[in-house]
Amino acid sequence: MKAASITSAFKLPKLTCRIWKVWQRDFDVFMKTWKVSFFPPLLEPIFYLVAMGYGLGSFVQPIQGLPYIQFIAPALISISIMYSSFFECTYGSFVRMHFQKTFDAIIATPISIEEVIAGELLWGATRSIISSTIVLAVVAAFGLISTPLFILIPIVAFFGGLMFSAIAMVFTSLAPNIDFFNYPGFLFITPMFLLSGTFFPLASLPESMQVFAKAFLPLTHVVDLSRGLIIGNLESSLLISLVWIAAVTPIFFVLSINLMKRKLIK
Amino acid sequence: MTGSEVLIKAQNLTKKYDDYIAVNNIDFQVYKGECCGFLGPNGAGKTTTIKMIQCVLPLASGKLSVAGMSVSESPREIKKMIGVAPQEDNLDPDFTALTNLLVYARYFDIPKPEALKRSDELFRFFQLEEKRNVIIEELSTGMKRRLILARALINEPQILLLDEPTTGLDPQARHLIWDKIRSLRKQGVTIILTTHYMDEAAELCDRTLIMDDGKIIEQGKPSDLIKKHIGEEVLEVDYDEKVMKTLQDEFPEARLEVLSDRIRVFTNQPHGVVETFLKAFPSKGATIRNANLEDVFLKLTGRQLKE
Repeated sequence: MKAASITSAFKLPKLTCRIWKVWQRDFDVFMKTWKVSFFPPLLEPIFYLVAMGYGLGSFVQPIQGLPYIQFIAPALISISIMYSSFFECTYGSFVRMHFQKTFDAIIATPISIEEVIAGELLWGATRSIISSTIVLAVVAAFGLISTPLFILIPIVAFFGGLMFSAIAMVFTSLAPNIDFFNYPGFLFITPMFLLSGTFFPLASLPESMQVFAKAFLPLTHVVDLSRGLIIGNLESSLLISLVWIAAVTPIFFVLSINLMKRKLIK
Repeated sequence: MTGSEVLIKAQNLTKKYDDYIAVNNIDFQVYKGECCGFLGPNGAGKTTTIKMIQCVLPLASGKLSVAGMSVSESPREIKKMIGVAPQEDNLDPDFTALTNLLVYARYFDIPKPEALKRSDELFRFFQLEEKRNVIIEELSTGMKRRLILARALINEPQILLLDEPTTGLDPQARHLIWDKIRSLRKQGVTIILTTHYMDEAAELCDRTLIMDDGKIIEQGKPSDLIKKHIGEEVLEVDYDEKVMKTLQDEFPEARLEVLSDRIRVFTNQPHGVVETFLKAFPSKGATIRNANLEDVFLKLTGRQLKE
């Protein structure tokens, strides 16, 4: 019984292009309130770049040959990728599922519950693209981009966003109520925000913590990729980050869909 | 009117959860063009049955087919021909009334010009034209109900599932919805509704199925059920021990029920009873009223609270 329930959690869901109709619904709502959604990703990186980049940065020696402000710029892009998709697929999806009963309304149509969740995940990834593109523009306005490779950032945002969406959706499938999200918030998101090579290089941490960060903190890999594409410094270690994301994302994608189905269809 | 073509057919339909059986091995049929009511106390299994028909809940065992298709094998085809108005308000609060219908139409692959045309017809039908561009939050409960019904009709369904369509509405809003349900039935839509209001069921349904504890305990035309279980009329008198004793002695075949200081006498000959009663207690009043579906329901499912 137990083994069967684990196997079924990783069963490949049947999806059709109907997932885009779910995506489109979320997009339509977003467009109604885009002004509110637009400002945080625009203003936040400005505050960080000024306060930490200029302010704190004047006390910090160049890191890996980079001025501090340039070191943290790709981290801000990565953090926006993480925040926007993670919060979209925890709080956002939970409100739609639990309070608005939007999922119930959609599955009364030819769209299946698997497609609803997949659509939500795609929308989470899209939120990452939107937010990180705004941050990217701010970073560019501060003159911190030194290579045309930055053009690939939206691709990192999509796959990184999909990964965080799927991880978030697993938490949503486990959440008994909306307050539950405080736990992944301060036990998972906050440590990642601080310990993923964001505001100081991973190498400053004890060896064991470096290994831990690389093995278990997804943001580490998104930061690595973003930094490579902003600085134009393509190292072979980026390949490891690519493989890590490519391996973890599909696992959580499938798992989150099956767990949500189990939660909603009894 | 009610045809003989079976549109929905359940055989040994069962839904189990870890600790209880929501629907327990039931058989029923719904005929094309009829309005069929599922009645039952809370937790009787009505909503669970509806959700299995709309292909949202998987069956534990048994068979359930809609238009000859199995719910487990062809959910998409079945969902295309069904319109659902759920118990809870699940309209999209961020959208206007119109956008709610358009977004819903998109789920059914209805092209936008067609969706707009149907929306306008539905707004007219449900008297919501002025609310077309109003945000959901600003609609009253009755308007939201009507909009949910309108949304359920956007795909021009052959079958309409209404889960407690008038719960919480004022009499005006209820009568408007009854009116619309009747007119949809006339257009040939097969309607399945659940309700707690026996007057609603008697008013709208060609046939009712009474559920209790996951089983169907009785089914038939409301008027037939009343005749079968209660009779034509019910006699009500004020409670008094002497009265009670006299009634018990003189009419042993009559069923007596005492509730809030009134005795209800269920008998085939209420006028005979009333004559005797008035002779014995000339100073007391007695009323004879028509038996109704609520009498049947309470007789079959009991008076104790179910939750």
